[in-house]
Amino acid sequence: MTSMAILTIFILSVFVGFEVVSKVSTTLHTPLMSGANAIHGIILIGAILVAAGAKTTLETTLAILAVVLATINLVGGFVVTDRMLEMFKGKGGKK
Amino acid sequence: MNSNLYALLGLGVAISFIMALKGLSAPKTARRGNLIGAFGATIATVIVFFDPAIEERNNTLLIIGAIAFGVIVGVPAARRIQMTQMPQLVALFNGVGGGAAALVSIVEYLHLGDDASTGEVLATVFTVLVGSVSFSGSIVTFLKLQELMTTRPVVFPGGRFVIAATLAGALGTSGWVIASGGTTPLLVLAGLSLLFGVLFVLPVGGADVPIVISLLNAFTGLTVAASGYVLQSTLLIVAGTLVGASGTILTRKMAEAMGRSLFGTLFGAFTAKPQAASEAGEVRPVKSGSPDDVAILLNYAQRVVIVPGFGLAVAQAQHTVRELADLLSEKGVEVAYGIHPVAGRMPGHMNVLLAEANVPYEQLVEMEEINPTFPQTDVVLVVGANDVVNPAAKTTPGCPIYGMPILDVASAGNVIFLKRSMRPGFAGIENDLLYDAKTTLLFGDAKDSLTKVVNALKAL
Repeated sequence: MTSMAILTIFILSVFVGFEVVSKVSTTLHTPLMSGANAIHGIILIGAILVAAGAKTTLETTLAILAVVLATINLVGGFVVTDRMLEMFKGKGGKK
Repeated sequence: MNSNLYALLGLGVAISFIMALKGLSAPKTARRGNLIGAFGATIATVIVFFDPAIEERNNTLLIIGAIAFGVIVGVPAARRIQMTQMPQLVALFNGVGGGAAALVSIVEYLHLGDDASTGEVLATVFTVLVGSVSFSGSIVTFLKLQELMTTRPVVFPGGRFVIAATLAGALGTSGWVIASGGTTPLLVLAGLSLLFGVLFVLPVGGADVPIVISLLNAFTGLTVAASGYVLQSTLLIVAGTLVGASGTILTRKMAEAMGRSLFGTLFGAFTAKPQAASEAGEVRPVKSGSPDDVAILLNYAQRVVIVPGFGLAVAQAQHTVRELADLLSEKGVEVAYGIHPVAGRMPGHMNVLLAEANVPYEQLVEMEEINPTFPQTDVVLVVGANDVVNPAAKTTPGCPIYGMPILDVASAGNVIFLKRSMRPGFAGIENDLLYDAKTTLLFGDAKDSLTKVVNALKAL
């Protein structure tokens, strides 16, 4: 990938990130933060990639530790967000 | 796997993350949004094993085992945590994510050795620096929220110089890594950054911790984007940047909802003067009442506003409070809940807790709407809340919550506080309203007290 392509992707993502949450209500601040928190757990794929390329014991140990931590972030993050949102069900007039 | 197919699937995952954030911004679509994000993440995790760009596939079984282990740790933690403790769990998840990002960059740096380009070294330095800060900072916020350490700002003499020196040291070491490469400077950098994360969060007062979590969350997003650059992964760049950007906006919005400037939150502890301790030491008379007194006050009121706080959540009293509200409604009393934006520990936290007890949505009134109605309210029942109704936020410049918008309960006819003790709230500030002539205090566990009031009310 060229640096220009990366810069383009980066800048466009910044604008999308600003835009998608611009109208969030106060009620949803906590679940949204928790959901965004889960999304950065996607560093898991980075951890898997470096673990697959690791050769020395040190590299492997650190990479596997990263896999564990990233999985906790990713999976735990989505589960806890779902639990928060579960509480909101049946609202907004349906009930 | 064909590399175009792989790239297309990656694009789909990136879109699922955008849809997840978009969905999470509106109540109706929030849950679906989260599930879309989780689905995307699952796809990404599966296809990365078939990434055509990777040359070696070492440790596959070990990796799968590590993922399984992470799931075994993460899922029960997220499932079993009590809703009241959720903010610190989010902080902890954020911290381990930041730690993972820092580790990924360190491993890739070790792996590349002298082949790393300047851009890659720069991105690695950024990830290690910010990822480590996010990791140790989140651990400190966890300890604060779990009340394993003091929730008050920790300020020590010369603290700001130590922090400045640590930051300068970390930045200097970054230059050292870039100039000379090698493992030692990178490890020194990681150590200094970890220390800086601790020092950076220590002076933050308990009430401002949610803003810091949100900020660290955005930081972790950016570190993920930077490691995406090192690993040449578009998906990591997009996902990390999305979180970084949306997290920044969210942090600002949270700070606004709490009436704080972001700058003030992070550096307020350095400028604020120590609290006048003498005032807290004085013994001032308070009016405490019995459950029967409270029941009578409530019974003859036209309009009652319930202000729930963290104490209600701790006592698991949300169901009892709803029982009380239902009983009052049956008796023809108009009941509403006044929800402060940061009631509980985080914006929206109280809404989640009350929704768990099936409190009707229409009764939950936000602060801006309920404040003008307090003069027409006969009785305000404050259940385990303190800081969010503390007039000091308006009257005492320099106190840690000064400037935070509060619920104007003082303008109502009567105020009843259900409290465990005279201990000040999370922010550690004395509340003058407790000594007001129109205030009645009912001491005890929120759930016990409420049950007694409900029984007294039934007997009337």
